[in-house]
Amino acid sequence: MTEQIDKALAREYEAGFVSDIESETFEPGLNENIIQRISAMKGEPEWMLEWRLSAFREWLAMEEPEWALVDYAKIDFQSISYYSAPKSMKDKPKSLDEVDPELLRTYEKLGIPLIEQQMLAGIAVDAVFDSVSVVTTFREKLEEAGVIFCPISEAVHKYPDLVKKYIGSVVPKKDNYYAALNCAVFTDGSFVYIPKGTRCPMELSTYFRINEQNTGQFERTLIIADEGSHVSYLEGCTAPQRDENQLHAAVVELVALDNAEIKYSTVQNWYPGDENGKGGIYNFVTKRGICHTNAKISWTQVETGSSVTWKYPSCILKGDNSVGEFYSVALTRGRQQADTGTKMIHIGKNTKSTIISKGISAGRSNNSYRGLVRMNPGAEGARNFTQCDSLLIGDQCGAHTFPYVESRNPSAIIEHEATTSKVSDEQMFLCRQRGLDPEKAVSMIVNGFCKEVFKELPMEFAVEAGKLLEISLEGSVG
Amino acid sequence: MSNTKSLLTIKDLYASVEEKQIIKGLDLDIKPGEVHAIMGPNGAGKSTLGYVLSGRDGYSVDSGSVTLDGEDLLEMETEDRARAGLFLAFQYPVEIPGVSNLEFLKASVDAQRQARGEDAITSADFLKEAKAACKQVNLPVAFLKRGVNEGFSGGEKKRNELMQMLLLKPKLCILDETDSGLDIDALQIVAEGVNSQRSADRSFIVVTHYQRLLDYIKPDFVHVLSDGKIVKSGDASLALELEAQGYAWLQKEPVEDELEG
Ligand SMILES: Nc1ncnc2c1ncn2[C@@H]1O[C@H](COP(=O)(O)OP(=O)(O)O)[C@@H](O)[C@H]1O
Ligand SMILES: [Mg+2]
Repeated sequence: MTEQIDKALAREYEAGFVSDIESETFEPGLNENIIQRISAMKGEPEWMLEWRLSAFREWLAMEEPEWALVDYAKIDFQSISYYSAPKSMKDKPKSLDEVDPELLRTYEKLGIPLIEQQMLAGIAVDAVFDSVSVVTTFREKLEEAGVIFCPISEAVHKYPDLVKKYIGSVVPKKDNYYAALNCAVFTDGSFVYIPKGTRCPMELSTYFRINEQNTGQFERTLIIADEGSHVSYLEGCTAPQRDENQLHAAVVELVALDNAEIKYSTVQNWYPGDENGKGGIYNFVTKRGICHTNAKISWTQVETGSSVTWKYPSCILKGDNSVGEFYSVALTRGRQQADTGTKMIHIGKNTKSTIISKGISAGRSNNSYRGLVRMNPGAEGARNFTQCDSLLIGDQCGAHTFPYVESRNPSAIIEHEATTSKVSDEQMFLCRQRGLDPEKAVSMIVNGFCKEVFKELPMEFAVEAGKLLEISLEGSVG
Repeated sequence: MSNTKSLLTIKDLYASVEEKQIIKGLDLDIKPGEVHAIMGPNGAGKSTLGYVLSGRDGYSVDSGSVTLDGEDLLEMETEDRARAGLFLAFQYPVEIPGVSNLEFLKASVDAQRQARGEDAITSADFLKEAKAACKQVNLPVAFLKRGVNEGFSGGEKKRNELMQMLLLKPKLCILDETDSGLDIDALQIVAEGVNSQRSADRSFIVVTHYQRLLDYIKPDFVHVLSDGKIVKSGDASLALELEAQGYAWLQKEPVEDELEG
């Protein structure tokens, strides 16, 4: 059966094509001059450049972390290009008609049509291609509701007060090695502001695409949900199939003010490398949200891509009665390595957090859950429930769980459950005896295993995520 | 013997699991519409026969031949045998957590339809059929939403197997001790389910320990399987005889007899 599964997993990466787009790309290298040039390309105000440079100086003094259960060749930060943008984007197209059709075709091929008439109704998209945002749809409609949804490079100009106030407020510049690097060289990403008492009228989503070779993608997303507001946001990511590893080091900051709610979903499908571990994206991401009184942040992630994943979407439950949730499916196959999980920091009274993590390992991959639950002394009556389930496909893969618990308040309650199971021969036989081919059988069993997480995704994306798993598992059986 | 074409023909079959030969020279011929009961002591190889016929991994055929509808069954993949109309109701049905019965069954039905070149069944039509099937086996409709066999009682699992059979409409149904562990009411439900499916183009192999099922499902033939081969065949009256006397008289060497009742 292992053999069947390996075969099924040796699928093609469907998003692996390269778009033929003329780009303006910086020569590889990282120094203050490069940072000044990035800032100049974006026409940034002085304070932004200063912020970048101070982060860069912090970064120079930091060490690459080695505690995660991932093994990869050291990254040569001087061999990466830190800026690449389609030439056609230079004079900032005003409308879709002015956008390079080849760019639109790229997104269409990925199933993300940017022409509003063809789009899924109710979803606004910000499309980020290498280092720039190509287009943001449905902006007028959102503006009517007072919602700001634009590239962060634009927000720096248009809403400097909001950006200045909140950027780096959740993930400080020197939070960690990759976050500091991101602060220095971030190129684009999305900015969202939901005004007081507003329910965002549509789903917001950002679609990240790496195209250019040897470039890193360093996007930065900042979402601010003002008091009593509500927003659901989704990010998707893909990259061409290349033999070299590419670095993706993003920072996402969420701010949920009193009584606000942010739902952040990710379907991550960066190129995972080939079955021997050649190529693929290094995905080193810092995602964190802060919840004020009665606020709620819910992270849902479906991680199927990248050769190395290092990612811990977290919640700081600062306000009393605030709620943090983390729902995760991480699938690794081939030689993929994932070290992912969450941190729930309970500060306020009666704060609640829920962690549901589903790790699926196949091939010769390694899949680790790493999670921290901290109850601060003031977290009276705080509660956490954690459930970590691992599913093994075949017998050459690994699943690991590293739960860290720090409780400094005796009234806090922490529950942890963990299971490890296998796709069994009996289950496979039952499915095949009913006429299902082995691929379908595996994907169905895996989908069933992930059900609790998928039900947290917005409807359209739950279907997409299910399909993605199916494609990812193709050839894992034979 | 009539001249009708056989549905299933097993000739001099030898088969092993984990290097141990379990089926040792088995012959069986089943015509469309016939019901064959297979009885025999524990460990005789009854379940193994079902697995070998349905092509379970790890069960290898050493020699002999099996045809279904004239096609070489042993050449086919497990799923192709199912699509060709072979159905096995498991003695110990396995759970698939999180996959709803409905989703699982629709995928199975669609896979089989696709193999026949038909379109997938619409969700509405399928739901209607599935509800009817639930009713027939006396399972609450809510079971369609539950994970496959997830937390089902023994009897519910067995009825769930039967429901799958009703929906898949196979040509050859192998029921592996579907009656074990059932109370008399459940037993009658299973028997009625089977009887309702009896038709001129559907055959059954009913593996059972107990004569009592055969009071409800009248078999055309009864075979005794012992040590991997059929040691005696007869009509329905053979089952009564076995009930009274056990299997020992049929076996050359005395084998531990675990037949109850
Ligand atoms: N996976 C297996 N590995 C080794 N021996 C097996 C396996 N499955 C069945 N057997 C052996 O095959 C024989 C027949 O088993 P089985 O077909 O289950 O009998 P029955 O269904 O008639 O009770 C028994 O001796 C049993 O121990
Ligand atoms: Mg048995």
